[in-house]
Amino acid sequence: MIYWDLFCAFFVPNIIGYGGGPAIIPLIESEVVGHYGWMNSQEFAETLALGNALPSPIATKMAGYVGYEVAGITGAMVAVLATVVPSLLLMLGSLGVLYRYRDSFRVKRMSQWVRPVIALMMAWLTMGFFTEGIDNPGLIHMLVIASLSGVALIKFKIHPAFVVFFSLIYGGLLLNQ
Amino acid sequence: MRPASQGALFMAFIRIGLLGFGGGPAMIPLVHQEVVKRYGWLEEEEFADVLAIANVLPGPIATKLPGYIGYRVGGVLGCISTVLAVILPMIAGMILLLSIFSRYRDIGWIHGMGQAVIPVVMVMMGQLTWDFWDKSYKTLGLFMSLVIMIVAGVLIYWLGIHPGWVIGSLLIMAWLLPERTYKNNEATE
Repeated sequence: MIYWDLFCAFFVPNIIGYGGGPAIIPLIESEVVGHYGWMNSQEFAETLALGNALPSPIATKMAGYVGYEVAGITGAMVAVLATVVPSLLLMLGSLGVLYRYRDSFRVKRMSQWVRPVIALMMAWLTMGFFTEGIDNPGLIHMLVIASLSGVALIKFKIHPAFVVFFSLIYGGLLLNQ
Repeated sequence: MRPASQGALFMAFIRIGLLGFGGGPAMIPLVHQEVVKRYGWLEEEEFADVLAIANVLPGPIATKLPGYIGYRVGGVLGCISTVLAVILPMIAGMILLLSIFSRYRDIGWIHGMGQAVIPVVMVMMGQLTWDFWDKSYKTLGLFMSLVIMIVAGVLIYWLGIHPGWVIGSLLIMAWLLPERTYKNNEATE
């Protein structure tokens, strides 16, 4: 059933994704593009680009949009609930217990051990966008856009929203087929 | 702790959501500004405790924090209204913009716009990869980070095991294994 699939696709990444919002991006990609095939890589890249350009948490924006694409408003609600409610309920329900563990060595070790796996999945996703980019805007365009946006984002710390905006202008003018 | 009006609570988190560019961690100072400095709903130490607890749990910090604060100062209604205030406006924005975009995808220049975004997303993802690798290298060391990466890589991409199982088992191991063995890592975090 589609609502159950949507719930699982967003519940699992959020419950294992230690390390905040960005950590769940590759986990969600593996569900939405890999496991369930609701989106292709191109559509996921577009969603991610807009998600990074707009304010507010990335996890709920992705959930809301993917849910809507797959099963309308109800789908969006299911995906967002699966993202927000489990960890929030855990937090409200077990506050005293959690407070004791906030400096626990084991809890720190949990987020430390997950980090390399997330890094690997992010690297894998980056490679995926690279091969997608060679196919789609083509190698030359991709290198031009990637190096310009790399300099803008990393060296000059320009806001992602502007970088995405300029890439849209570039695409609209130069990749018009 | 001062009692909050539902309206003020909702509006405070609307502002936090709209100004919170760059995802959850970027929103924490904004939450602090509104909740501690501006309205005094939580004391300084209470806020620090809530943040520490939120970090123990998985899931986005950007919804755990508003949800918990909303519940503390405004009950169940407060909890629902703060979470919705943070997430709803931009979910609506995403759906609206991407639906318009998808509808006109066949037009040449709009198609080109979609393609031009891929290299940008690649760079952003590369940047995140580097952040996570760097943090991992600094807390676990090169050897341990590489071991976890290689084992997870073989399981996920070579044997095709779902990442949920791999990370789930890793979390259980991190919780259950004796502390002594890896005590040397503790000092680094």
